[in-house]
Amino acid sequence: MENLAAAPEQPIETASIDDAVSFLKSNHPDAIKLDDRDGYEGVIVDPDQLLDVARVIRDELGFDYLSSATAVDYLGEGDHMEMVYHAYRTSGGGALVFKAQTDRENPTIPSLTGLWRGADFQEREAWDLYGIRFPGHPNLKRILMWEGFHGHPMRKDWREAYYEEELKPFDSRWPGGHVHRSEEKNVFGKNVSYPTDIDLNRLMDSSETAVYESLGLGVDVERIMDKDGFETNELVVNMGPHHPSTHGVFRMLLTVDGETVTSLEPVMGYLHRNHEKIGERNTYLHNIPFTDRLDYISSMGNNHGYVLAVEQLMSLGRKYNPPTYRCEALRVMMVELSRIVNHLWAIGFWLNDIGAFFTPVLYFIQERERILDFFEAVAGSRMMCNYMRFGGLFGDLPERIKSVANLTNDRVRDYNTMQFLTEMINERIPRTIDELELLLTQNEIVLERSVDVGVLSAEDAINYSAAGPLLRGSGVAYDIRRADPYSIYPELDFDVAVEEEGDMYARYRVRVTELRESVRILRQILPRLEATKDESIWADGKPGAYQPRVPHGEAYGRVENGKGELGYYLVSAGGRGGSSNPWRYHVRAPSFINLTPLGRMSQGYKVADIVGILGSIDIVLGETDR
Amino acid sequence: MYGTGLAKGLLLTLRHFVESYMDDLRYGFRKYHHSTDNFGIRQGTKTKGVITVQYPDEKVAVPERFRFVPFLIVEDEDHPTRAGKDWCTSCGICAKVCPPQCIWIVRGNDPVTGRPVPEPEAFFIDIDICMNCGYCAEYCPFDAIKMDHDYELASYDRTSHHIHDKERLSKPNSYWRSIAPTRAYDEMLVRGTWEHKDAAKEARRGASSARARSSQPAAQAPAATVTAAAPAAEATPESSAAAAPSSAAESPTPWSEDEAKREERRRKALERKARRAAKQG
Ligand code: SF4
Ligand code: SF4
Repeated sequence: MENLAAAPEQPIETASIDDAVSFLKSNHPDAIKLDDRDGYEGVIVDPDQLLDVARVIRDELGFDYLSSATAVDYLGEGDHMEMVYHAYRTSGGGALVFKAQTDRENPTIPSLTGLWRGADFQEREAWDLYGIRFPGHPNLKRILMWEGFHGHPMRKDWREAYYEEELKPFDSRWPGGHVHRSEEKNVFGKNVSYPTDIDLNRLMDSSETAVYESLGLGVDVERIMDKDGFETNELVVNMGPHHPSTHGVFRMLLTVDGETVTSLEPVMGYLHRNHEKIGERNTYLHNIPFTDRLDYISSMGNNHGYVLAVEQLMSLGRKYNPPTYRCEALRVMMVELSRIVNHLWAIGFWLNDIGAFFTPVLYFIQERERILDFFEAVAGSRMMCNYMRFGGLFGDLPERIKSVANLTNDRVRDYNTMQFLTEMINERIPRTIDELELLLTQNEIVLERSVDVGVLSAEDAINYSAAGPLLRGSGVAYDIRRADPYSIYPELDFDVAVEEEGDMYARYRVRVTELRESVRILRQILPRLEATKDESIWADGKPGAYQPRVPHGEAYGRVENGKGELGYYLVSAGGRGGSSNPWRYHVRAPSFINLTPLGRMSQGYKVADIVGILGSIDIVLGETDR
Repeated sequence: MYGTGLAKGLLLTLRHFVESYMDDLRYGFRKYHHSTDNFGIRQGTKTKGVITVQYPDEKVAVPERFRFVPFLIVEDEDHPTRAGKDWCTSCGICAKVCPPQCIWIVRGNDPVTGRPVPEPEAFFIDIDICMNCGYCAEYCPFDAIKMDHDYELASYDRTSHHIHDKERLSKPNSYWRSIAPTRAYDEMLVRGTWEHKDAAKEARRGASSARARSSQPAAQAPAATVTAAAPAAEATPESSAAAAPSSAAESPTPWSEDEAKREERRRKALERKARRAAKQG
């Protein structure tokens, strides 16, 4: 408070995080407690006053963007449940972290959906996976699991079907090594227990009614008069889960009046594998290849966010060397190449959705193939790159991109790596982007299908926690690479793409601009790679340990991925020496949270537009369902 | 004017169409013929038009770092002392770093003393579960497990064919050198020898015990093989380095082995192993 008194011209909505925290503390002295656990940040708020405090955080302190809301189960580490919120200012800067604690027996925390609609799906997820109730939530139902599911799987005392041990590595693998197939030990159907009040034969009925009810209607159709006095019926239409336009197993439940959509409810979870539970059994290192499988279009970006979060935690420890410059440059290069892949893919498939079937996307995919060839030669795999490590990378660039002949392959390629890269970055990719623009930007059909369709206003975009091109297409210039920079982005020269209109076309334009900006970044990376030729990719000059001990604490690492803000919330518990398995591993998935405003964006448009609107959000179900 | 954007786009499509034929003329349709050069044109950075690869008639060669289900390295058959011996010492690190935990290792035990020996008795990888992450190869301290390039592993029955045992996993060192020449070379530089780390140690130990035994009158140690192995094992990195490129150039023979040959190799290796075990026992 002294600081504020000393600098009265500094308005509180732009004050530093520390000042903001002390402002909160002076406003709500009995509701706020500083989080002084080892390696933790932010404040702990009394749940009874959470709404008040959150309102101050949003309205007075200016933290208008709720990036992530997630739960942690501290069983055996204090025996409470905790909701952790990360709020940011769309003008940039770090997070104000606030938490609310509740007991494990009957966990209840007031819902923040009234303040941030973006909390909607995330609170439903916390209810689904942790069993926390949110009074005030308009539609608190399971979201990833099915409605009849027994228990809340992310709780520490919940055990999955093929449970073997609390933590990996499992003891049975070595030196005893008695090989078995899990299915033999644990026959399907015998590994689940159903709640007694569930009628297995009528499973669909009981779990589905709630979904239909959430649309404000029972399964019965309503009678509606249209403006000319004709009697029309409001109809419920299920699009998906098996529908080519939903980009995977995803379902949209629409009510339509004629061709016009009156409400829409996304239904997801068909690809749910409890990635986070797996992640908490895994060691820190084990998780890197698992992150590849989230947004499998841009696995490099997924790796990056995760290693950043773990490096944040490791930097709390005594022995920590930040990655070398070459390592950072290589990371940025890989991530920007994946952004190009992601946007080419997103634009291409969005065109499929609005009817330009496969001609454009195939042109773009040709370019994507080169980039994947490059990933394959450097990281060993085209899509599941598994390239980044804590404090380093899997390997430096090879001298040549060269294939070897052997039994199964007889077609060989051989290029100098730097030459291949230079050619790709300076010629091929720009050429493809030019073609893309020639084909689409002024194309009348594209314009008619996309201008003024699926409009999301800037206020809504922020309030719904939209991220990435969806947010920037609504006129909010929020790009984490600039707003809360990481890696070597501060020294790179590029602009944040932003368009004001908030419709599908604006999102397309944002993606095109980002493609060009990525090329601009890549052009700056090339000389940096040349200059650091002799530098090691490892801070210590040698690869990191296979079971690093990560110090006690929490970290939220976030990156601007192709689809939006990808965040990893990690908690490392365990003794003073740290631990080798994360206590909490949470993924703030942009594809998941960007679906929150889908219903809002779709209202009033035609059924055929819905497909395009979903395509313009650009989701990938590996990440949505986790 | 309304429609110009559309027309421009259609012209672009037309250009792609025409260009693919121009390209064909430029290379005289050569790019469709099977040969490394022609394939290089088609998949090169300058090509326009068709770049499709007609799998399975044609296959894109994979780069060295390409990773698919791992295999275990055993010493080459023509190695004087260690032919067919596993490089793996059953240290268990790969089983620990494996994210989905699909490696099972039974550590070998000396039948007489009961003490662990540096050789796995059994080694299984469930390839259904393996996520091809490459960690096992990356963290193995003995270069004993490597990622394979053979990605055609389809079979008719997943319940019986997809747990690979040691027999199925083992491939000779020369195979690794043929699919990943530069990586094998780099690893050799670090190790200091083309052979397993232990080969040099063993050779030294063998030599000293041979000396000890030859001081006794009734020495019947196979000293000849030991002395033959010693120079090879103790070759300096420089000399092996000098030899490496030439040997690679001389034998660029792609790895090819039919099932019968493979069986034969397996059988021989097993026999040798049995003989060795008998000798030791
Ligand atoms: S890490 Fe290498 S030496 Fe150790 S058990 Fe695995 S394959 Fe064998
Ligand atoms: S490649 Fe990865 S998943 Fe497969 S066996 Fe090796 S460590 Fe395990």
